[in-house]
Amino acid sequence: MASIATTSGPEPVFHLEEEHAHAEGSSTMLGFWLYLMSDCLIFAMLFAAYGVLGGNYAAGPAPKDLFDLDLVAVNTAMLLFSSITYGFAMLAMDKGRVAATQAWLAVTALFGLAFLSIELYEFSHMIHEGATPQRSAFLSSFFTLVGTHGLHVTFGLVWLVTLMTQVARFGLIEANRRRLMCLSMFWHFLDVVWIGVFTFVYLMGMLR
Amino acid sequence: MSAHEHAEGHDHAHGGAAHGSFRGYLIGFVLSVILTAIPFWLVMSGAIDDKQATAIVVMAFAVVQIVVHMVFFLHMNTASEGGWSMLALIFTLILVVIVLTGSLWVMYHLNANMMPGLHDMREMP
Repeated sequence: MASIATTSGPEPVFHLEEEHAHAEGSSTMLGFWLYLMSDCLIFAMLFAAYGVLGGNYAAGPAPKDLFDLDLVAVNTAMLLFSSITYGFAMLAMDKGRVAATQAWLAVTALFGLAFLSIELYEFSHMIHEGATPQRSAFLSSFFTLVGTHGLHVTFGLVWLVTLMTQVARFGLIEANRRRLMCLSMFWHFLDVVWIGVFTFVYLMGMLR
Repeated sequence: MSAHEHAEGHDHAHGGAAHGSFRGYLIGFVLSVILTAIPFWLVMSGAIDDKQATAIVVMAFAVVQIVVHMVFFLHMNTASEGGWSMLALIFTLILVVIVLTGSLWVMYHLNANMMPGLHDMREMP
């Protein structure tokens, strides 16, 4: 397109006007949504791998021997709380209240941290019992799927702390609002993936 | 300057549509708590004797909760981003369904038909 425009005639003005019609970053949300959809496909493949391999215990421990549903329920609550507190942060951001936004973001970070701590405790407990990722196909696919989700939460936390620093330094400027909105989508999307994890991996695992 | 102002107004209108309200978040949260608590309770208490039935009910709750999250937290609707985000979502869901059902279906039948079981051994010449 661009090469045609430059070779067909001296019309750089036309090009410039086209760029000015859109606010800076007006397509960021759609682009970020497309990234999330690609992430969704990664998770779909990991879910498919777990679905195929999840029943191969290799005479090792099965979900019933390993999973503690009380712990998973607490974990789910942490992520759900972090989701709504992030929503409150976005509402505070809409009203332009910097302190309230920062406070809600901090609460979100604490809930996220609690989620990660519980998950790491669960992992270490399982590994301590000998249920390591190399024990069976079931455990390999379990650690890959749940671990990838945990890694996403970890990166979300790093991103959250980064944005809190940004807001502290520059306030709720347009660029920071856009970044916070992207992280909002990322964070809520992780919650959606976790619905799949606790249903497909933990609840269905206990039913096997 | 006027173009810039117009752009800002445009952006703000987008933001207003994409953020939702306190009420929306609260409704989403309460629904999510209910939709999470019921499947956990079903599995932990074993209220339904049939495991297959429990699994189907639990899956149905997950699907409903994902829709609740999409609507109340991710603010998905046909109008956002001129419908392109919804189109991307639908396309992705089609791929997800193909990946999941395809993998499970193929591998299930592979296991059922190709694994040397007792049945096969007896029929061997």
